[in-house]
Amino acid sequence: MSREERSLRGAAAVVGVTDDVSPTGELDRTGRELEVAMVLGALEDAGLALADVDGVCHPESAVAFAEYLGVHPTFVESTMTGGSSYEVHLEHAAAAIAAGLCEVVVSVYASTPRSDRTRKRRQPRRGMAGPNPMQEWELPFGLRLPMGPYALAAARHMHEFGTTSEQLAAIAVQTREWAALNPRARYRDPLTVTDVLASPLQVSPLHLLDCCLVTDGAGAFVMTSAARARTLRKPPVYVLGAATCTDHMGITQMPDLTTTPGAVSGARAFAMAGLGPADVDVLMGYDSFTITALLHLEDLGFCAKGEGGPFAAEGGLGPGGSLPMNTNGGGLSFTHPGMYGMFLITEAVRQLRGEADARQVGGAEVAVAHGSGMFLSVLSTAILGTEATL
Amino acid sequence: MTTARAGHTEQAGRTEQAGRTEQAGRTRFEPPVGAESGPFWDATREGRLLVQWCTRCDRGIFYPRAFCPYCAGVGGAEVGGPLEWRQASGRATVHAAVVEHRPEAAGAAFADGAPFCIALVDLEEGVRMMTNVVGSPPEDVHSGMAVTVHWEPLSDGRQLALFRPAEGEA
Repeated sequence: MSREERSLRGAAAVVGVTDDVSPTGELDRTGRELEVAMVLGALEDAGLALADVDGVCHPESAVAFAEYLGVHPTFVESTMTGGSSYEVHLEHAAAAIAAGLCEVVVSVYASTPRSDRTRKRRQPRRGMAGPNPMQEWELPFGLRLPMGPYALAAARHMHEFGTTSEQLAAIAVQTREWAALNPRARYRDPLTVTDVLASPLQVSPLHLLDCCLVTDGAGAFVMTSAARARTLRKPPVYVLGAATCTDHMGITQMPDLTTTPGAVSGARAFAMAGLGPADVDVLMGYDSFTITALLHLEDLGFCAKGEGGPFAAEGGLGPGGSLPMNTNGGGLSFTHPGMYGMFLITEAVRQLRGEADARQVGGAEVAVAHGSGMFLSVLSTAILGTEATL
Repeated sequence: MTTARAGHTEQAGRTEQAGRTEQAGRTRFEPPVGAESGPFWDATREGRLLVQWCTRCDRGIFYPRAFCPYCAGVGGAEVGGPLEWRQASGRATVHAAVVEHRPEAAGAAFADGAPFCIALVDLEEGVRMMTNVVGSPPEDVHSGMAVTVHWEPLSDGRQLALFRPAEGEA
């Protein structure tokens, strides 16, 4: 099959987004109430109604959620790849729309781990049912999830390439500079490399401030065909390229601790889009930990393998920099309810619409939402662009 | 390192308070036995480290499976494939090592709750597994370090393959 035949370039667009986070880290609403509010908010943003929806994505059960919504979709998508689930939903929704399976797709996320804890709400224990290889071969050694696997990747990256804790910290520092411009961000105070290194070691070499937050958060997006998108309320944000790849589940099985399957998803998404790293105006790269973002810089081709440390330390990822990265303040400083990939999409869309207020990147035409799920296990890349990029 | 821990009950990384008290803070999530890994765990009772081996690919497979995942590359994947168990030397090299500085956050309290080392090690036979490297200050364990297997009993008579620095390693 030729690349042209499988191309989704320009076939579908994101036409509505919303999200809900708070500087307190907690939201008042929870569960289905919050999810429905997000769906209605994203539809309102698009100028669409629930009656228009014929595709539903939800990482637990799209069927149960469609029932709750009272819609009768012809496309349901319940892929759960951890934090990258929403990039995968976006990719699959674009394909379904292009193939004519459906016309208006919603994807939704709501999670309230922080207020569940403070308000002592019972939270069903999610995860993998029954004995599985990670329980047998990894957890007996006291591997803390999700942090442990990322620490192993960081340790190996340091060994192979001489990457330093200071270089990793530079990512947290620049991400905080973006958060300072976002009134909804959890943490906005300036941060220094010294602060990061002085924060307590968790699983070495990762310090507390190398790690993402635990907050409540929710969001949704709506997609439709390019033709219908042009009739709606907001400027369409087109899917120019999308691709996903997984090469392991547990970290023991990762073929190369220093290269994520994002090297594959990124290359495929860029090829579909007919673009390259130099064309990217905004990079939304899932920052569960500083090492995660560093690996994206290398695997997406913004710098060579092994050069992520010096590249990050040179600066350029913050406001006014040459590669604006995680302009909402990221999982490190804005919000991180557990599966943060939704917020990569909502922020990328706002940047491309010119709706990003004080953190707006001037003239942004191309944005990348690069999701990372599980333990560097499932990477999904979406290249998004304005009308001008078609 | 060989304290018997009968009555020591864990679930999903959480340890019963009673077991923890009895064992002076030493707790470990004990591994289930997977469908294909019975021979591996049985051998640990005798202190033998086994590796599943594909005789067609002539390479080790870890974790144990019902088929050889590498045979797909040579067009011969089949359930049950030409698999056998081979005894490993117990010698390995550290691929990557980290230190858990907050054992309580990991739901684990080895070495009386002191920081401990988690590592990925490459066995001489070419497969990679996770372990704890003991017998060394955890922060001294590093990529490239030579280690040898060191058995730690589990509550049911099986043993867990830990590693310790090989002779001559700092």
